[in-house]
Amino acid sequence: MEWIVCAVMVLFVGGLATLLAGRRVGLACWLGPASALLACGLMFGQSLLVLARGEIVSLRAPWQVPLGSLRLSLDPLSAWFALLIALVGGLSAVYGAQYLRHQPHPQRVARSWFFFNLLLASMLLVVVARNGVFFLVAWETMSLASWFLVMFDSQEARVRRAGWIYLVATHLGAAFLMAMFALLGRESAALDFNALSATGGTASAVFLLALVGFGAKAGLIPLHVWLPEAHPAAPSHVSAVMSGVMIKMGIYGLLRILPMLGPPQAWWGWTLLGLGAVSGILGILYALAQSDLKRALAYSSVENIGIISLGLGVGLLGITCQCPAMAALGLAGSLLHVANHALMKSLLFLGAGAVVHATGTRQIDELGGLLKRMPVTGLAFLVAAVAICGLPPLNGFTGELLIYLAALSGIVASPRSADVSWPLVAILAVGGLALIGGLAAACFTRVFGMVFLGEPRTAPAAHAHEAGRAMRLVLCLLAAGCLAMALLGPWVLDRLVPLVAGLIPHDFHVAAEAALASWRTALVAVAAAALVLMGLVALLVLGRRRLFAGRTIEQAGTWDCGYVAPSPRMQYTGSSFGAPLLAVFRLFIRPRVRLDGPRELFPRRASFESHLPDVFVERLFRPLFQGVAQASASLRWFQQGRIQLYVLYIAVTLLVLLIWKLG
Amino acid sequence: MAICAALLHVLLALVLAPLLLGIINRTKALVAGRRGQPLLQTYYDLAKLLCKGAVYSRTTTWVFRMGPVVALAGLLLVLPMIPLGGVPAVVAFQGDLLLVAYLLGVARFATVLAALDTGSSFEGMGASREVQFSALAEPALILGLAAMAVQAAQALQAQPLSLTAIYAAIRPETLPQAGPVLLLVAAALAAVFLAENARIPVDDPNTHLELTMIHEVMVLDHGGPDFALIQYTAALKLWVLGTLLVGVLVPVRSGWPLVDLLAGVLGLGILAVFTGLVESTLARLRLVRVPQFLVAASVLSILALFLVLR
Repeated sequence: MEWIVCAVMVLFVGGLATLLAGRRVGLACWLGPASALLACGLMFGQSLLVLARGEIVSLRAPWQVPLGSLRLSLDPLSAWFALLIALVGGLSAVYGAQYLRHQPHPQRVARSWFFFNLLLASMLLVVVARNGVFFLVAWETMSLASWFLVMFDSQEARVRRAGWIYLVATHLGAAFLMAMFALLGRESAALDFNALSATGGTASAVFLLALVGFGAKAGLIPLHVWLPEAHPAAPSHVSAVMSGVMIKMGIYGLLRILPMLGPPQAWWGWTLLGLGAVSGILGILYALAQSDLKRALAYSSVENIGIISLGLGVGLLGITCQCPAMAALGLAGSLLHVANHALMKSLLFLGAGAVVHATGTRQIDELGGLLKRMPVTGLAFLVAAVAICGLPPLNGFTGELLIYLAALSGIVASPRSADVSWPLVAILAVGGLALIGGLAAACFTRVFGMVFLGEPRTAPAAHAHEAGRAMRLVLCLLAAGCLAMALLGPWVLDRLVPLVAGLIPHDFHVAAEAALASWRTALVAVAAAALVLMGLVALLVLGRRRLFAGRTIEQAGTWDCGYVAPSPRMQYTGSSFGAPLLAVFRLFIRPRVRLDGPRELFPRRASFESHLPDVFVERLFRPLFQGVAQASASLRWFQQGRIQLYVLYIAVTLLVLLIWKLG
Repeated sequence: MAICAALLHVLLALVLAPLLLGIINRTKALVAGRRGQPLLQTYYDLAKLLCKGAVYSRTTTWVFRMGPVVALAGLLLVLPMIPLGGVPAVVAFQGDLLLVAYLLGVARFATVLAALDTGSSFEGMGASREVQFSALAEPALILGLAAMAVQAAQALQAQPLSLTAIYAAIRPETLPQAGPVLLLVAAALAAVFLAENARIPVDDPNTHLELTMIHEVMVLDHGGPDFALIQYTAALKLWVLGTLLVGVLVPVRSGWPLVDLLAGVLGLGILAVFTGLVESTLARLRLVRVPQFLVAASVLSILALFLVLR
């Protein structure tokens, strides 16, 4: 535990020291990342130790706050998330050191590093906190630190707007969490986690509050609306941390609270499963429609949080229907996907950052042909794109496979249980994952194809340059991580056994562990298949080279059907690529199209516009908040602004209370 | 014995897959009243293409050159995981059905990226349609296999989540009970088979420059040995998806793996003839109707699931 305390200290001291650097960008970009890297090293070592040995380290100290106590502990569940914070945080810090150096606003850099360190420290404290008050303090610090990071380019109106939405969303979520802890701690003196528990109706209420509070942070639909605004607005290494690990804190919170609520009820599982499937499908559809590269990636985070939640739902249903394999595989799959997504999404955001850095635009339809200009970035981005579609030989497949197997093993065994409808599990989990997989392939062939392949569509894209050395190094490391997670799948699954055991009731620990051990072969086979696939590709490449030896290889233009002067603007664009699929789903997502067609005898101009407003902003939150505002306005007559009236209210209240007390 | 038959199946697939294309084309020619090309025409084409040089667009990168290679590697890896009816797969493990589905996805991903690498709007159009239709075909395939897995579990009293176990559980004696489910799944798989192999009524393998095509337009810029790899990969894909379908429709489980193998291969030949007949008698669907066709396949799979899980 000393290492964790040291890491937090290093982050704080390093952050404060960076603030002192002031306008000296070079110094700030050295101090900040160095302290972050050191702290992440400590965090990484300690978490790996805890995961490898399966033991728990903890710390207790007095704290003079009502209901609070300074209880910290690092159990395997915390260590799993701390490991991701360390990995993604450390690598993003190295990347950011180069990324932030050439900023037009030197005075903001030092401040940004301070909040970056604060964000890492607060996330670490969130996962080690074992007291409600302390947890909430760390949680709020995390939200505010990330808010300051999002506001880096605050001279831009859309960044300020994004920041505002984020601030509102995160505080509404936090309000639900406060209510949740209040409800959980009704019967205990302090809000220590080991004393918190709830049963029956209270447990269900706590579950709902946790779902809203943590779901808002995780970005589950319909609570995702802040995510596609805030993540693209932040500098890319911050987006990587936010999308890679910070939203996972919502998943961590849910997993931490669930065991306090006793045996789960079936409708909790159904809720998570349903929300997961909806988030997954709608998230990837919205991603497919975005013209902004980072916004597309942000919506894809919604999709992946959906997959994680879907796995959790399958796991909880497995517990309620007494099906150990289903429970263990579902939970293990979603935990594995948490880590996989952390790696690939941070890689995608960092790659997108390199593109933005090189071209100055985030519009997919203004890019193109970047693979020739940025070969390393392009290759790393391709690795992440393949991984996030869940395709072998990379890591995205392993987590999704476990969730598939969880659902399939449940359906196949289909124990007759009153409250589980198996066809619905099949449709939501198996069909949902299959559809998400297909749509993700569409989304990421579009993103990679339009940004990196073909001809550059604009001059900035044509003059793009490769990212700096540190940035390239980080991209390569993360890409290697994506491959390593796939090859080490079985080993990682073994490390997940104590985590899963902590999440399921005691009476089928043994059965669940046996199930995980027996399903390990699937991951061994996947790792082997990944190796064989790469070997086959290598063999075929060699064979192809032999075949081509001594033959004429010519260069020519792309086949243009005899057209005289094709230009890069005639290429298929990202919008045209995604349009047919969106049209299939127009019932659910309602793209808005404005066509000003050519009219009259000698038409002069015509225009076509289409964009996809978020249904949930337009149909849910706007009416909801308007309704709340109207309801509040109807109480306005109460406040006249005259002091005599207020004194009268007080007197009347006292009188009523007196009568009530005496009567 | 069983493993020999399994290895023999892989070998036969590698050798005979292009023949299926020949059978389909010959059938179409005969129905149209022509004599048609030789049965072995695909082999001649492959041999001719393999001897050629190559012309690459200046726009393309290594992604374009890797496309056919990765697609073929994916299919080659799928082959040993596919059982042919009673003939087991060379490798079988719990969950291999998903690995097979996703390896086909890898092949598709590589082909789509290679198409986009040319920067041609034709190929972009084909790629866009390919991902659209395959995204809709994916649930039909996986849900159909899931329904068969449940059916097999009820027949075997075990947990069969490998293709070999699923297909081994389809036996003549269980057909009266399992028949309706298997028929529904077979219909769904047939739709997936036609869509994924770029066949009528979804795509027309014969048109090269028309705004309605999907697969053919994606490979417009490939030539020489690269195009040979693409043709061969397409043939293997026809074999693989055909095997999944024939395994349901030909419930020959004699206990002698070689007999099963023979029955399966004959079944594939008949499937090829049948595909030729479908192509000769049906018109291609309008593009906006194709999603409905594929959603209908998914609905059939879901119906099968409801039937088997009731």
